[in-house]
Amino acid sequence: MRILAVVLVCVFTQFASAELLINGAGASFPYPLYSKWFAEYAKIDKSVKINYQSIGSGGGIRQFLKGTTDFGASDAPMKDTELKKAKTPILHIPTVLGAVCVSYNLQGLGGELKLTPQVLVEIFSGKIQKWDNKKIKKLNPALNLPKDTYIIVAHRSDGSGTTAVFTDYLAKVSPAWKKNYGYGKGIKWPVGLGGKGNEGVTGLIKNNPGSIGYIEMTYAVANKMPVAALKNREGEFVGPTEESVAKAAAGAEIPQDYRTSITDAAGKGSYPLAAFTYLLVSSEMDGPKGEKIVEFLKWAMGPGQKLAGPLHYSPLPKTLTERVKQTVAQIKVK
Amino acid sequence: MQLEVAEKLTVKQAKPKASSAPRRKLDIHFGDRVFYYILKASAWGVVGLLLLMVGLLLDMSWPAFVEFGPKFLINPEWNPWTGEFGALSFVYGTVVSSLIAVALALPVSVGVALFLNELAPTWLARPVGFFVEMLAAIPSIVYGMWGLFVLAPFLRNYLQPFLHETLGFLPLFQGPMLGYGMLAAGIILAVMITPTIASISREVFKAIPLGYREAALGLGATRWEMLKIAVLKTGASGIIGATILGLGRALGETMAVTLVIGNKAHISASLFDTAQTMASVLANEYAEADSDLQLAALTAVGLTLFIVSLFINSIARYVVWQVDKKYAGMGR
Repeated sequence: MRILAVVLVCVFTQFASAELLINGAGASFPYPLYSKWFAEYAKIDKSVKINYQSIGSGGGIRQFLKGTTDFGASDAPMKDTELKKAKTPILHIPTVLGAVCVSYNLQGLGGELKLTPQVLVEIFSGKIQKWDNKKIKKLNPALNLPKDTYIIVAHRSDGSGTTAVFTDYLAKVSPAWKKNYGYGKGIKWPVGLGGKGNEGVTGLIKNNPGSIGYIEMTYAVANKMPVAALKNREGEFVGPTEESVAKAAAGAEIPQDYRTSITDAAGKGSYPLAAFTYLLVSSEMDGPKGEKIVEFLKWAMGPGQKLAGPLHYSPLPKTLTERVKQTVAQIKVK
Repeated sequence: MQLEVAEKLTVKQAKPKASSAPRRKLDIHFGDRVFYYILKASAWGVVGLLLLMVGLLLDMSWPAFVEFGPKFLINPEWNPWTGEFGALSFVYGTVVSSLIAVALALPVSVGVALFLNELAPTWLARPVGFFVEMLAAIPSIVYGMWGLFVLAPFLRNYLQPFLHETLGFLPLFQGPMLGYGMLAAGIILAVMITPTIASISREVFKAIPLGYREAALGLGATRWEMLKIAVLKTGASGIIGATILGLGRALGETMAVTLVIGNKAHISASLFDTAQTMASVLANEYAEADSDLQLAALTAVGLTLFIVSLFINSIARYVVWQVDKKYAGMGR
């Protein structure tokens, strides 16, 4: 049905205007930024119109592999098995950084909750059941933690990049978590309530005193939710901010193809639950469409980055945008 | 050829009406024949569509059946990480939540229909009946939001503690009280299917001739006895039919259930616990299914939902048939 809708939209809009139409589909997490980008870019280059459908990363990868779309978008990098299916090699272009926040609902706490990776794992695996557990108390001696209150864990019930980032982090910091529950866009959660979408989890947290869950930073900021500071590799407690997320990217070692996870990154002041989001493009593209896509990517690495901050995404570090520009320049256009 | 068609048509239509002579003349009109073929095509088209859908579902879910075999249907484990997929916990979630819904909605709906049709004065029956039918027009996402923000907290704070204290010896009402879960899903479904069952039951009661009621009263029946003998028993098959339609809606309902059921693939005896239905796992995981096997398994769940609905509907049809036979002398 979705495919049909995409095709229909493409067909109709193509008839409607003579300008070059480029179609993309994929991740919903960067959708607010991408729609802003494409709208702004349409003002700069009037000969091109970029159409983006936020159908989810998995669908984005599938459509792009089938050749239904001109580019894809995904939060998690593609797997080797998926990359092998492509006729021409696929490039991952990191566009911006996003952060996953651990949010909670505790009345009259009197400060910001601090958590270590180990305590976070124990909460989400159901080993720590109450808020006045001594491990939480030890980390937050000054806070007024509720007595004898059960922790209600809230997680995503739908497959999502947010879950992929969060469980990737839990699996990195705890071999036991990796062995028992694994990581990915959807896992079998040991405890808790599942909410559909970021808005679903946000609703669960807001509605249930004593709850804790993970949501994307945009949702935490928009709903004014309290967020926990997490202990990073350097032993500092860091909350999610534009700077701390950017530092995670600066501190991480990024491979040639950019396919990497930057959770639990090293470096002073880095927030451990950060991730790239990618555009997926072919390394060899045809004629005018290819040229326009390359031009757009160059713009996204330059002026486009300035639009990220106001929408609560973190721009890429300068060193990285320079590197990506070189990668983009190597795309072959026939 | 033309005559043949015309004859065929008249044979079909001659049964209900005796006056076939003027009809035959109408039937050989060109417009009538076109109309006949259009109707025939629509009827067969629906059947064809159904078969195409089953074919597509089978084709897409085939890898899952090859991988897991019939065990897919009896395995409660659903774990994208290990790649083990089974549909049993979803079948359980769908069936139990729908049964709760019917158990709650049926008495209320029949009560509403009886009251509006038999007892309430017209000035009251009309507007109340209208409002009951309005309930059916509310989009399911609105029910879902209401469940998320109003019903679940109410269950957690009031109803679940009450049930736990009074009936807590039953395994049905044990465990942590979160509000979200099987009970919330069942209640929200009950609210959603009440207007369907109530308005159809009302139509059924309306169709029962007044003479039946008068006869019952004339024989000295009290008002309650009259309702029992003349209305409920005569309309029994109609009530069951209405319940099937309600059940059909409950089995397939997606959005409202997904928001309140807690979405966990497991089987728990407690109604307080979280669960997951076949429709809700599709809504949750289809867009972001990671592996091809997961996609196939999800389609297989869709096919299972289709079969379960078909199965329950057939049982219900059979019951209607039996009831009709039993009361054949009394009713129609």
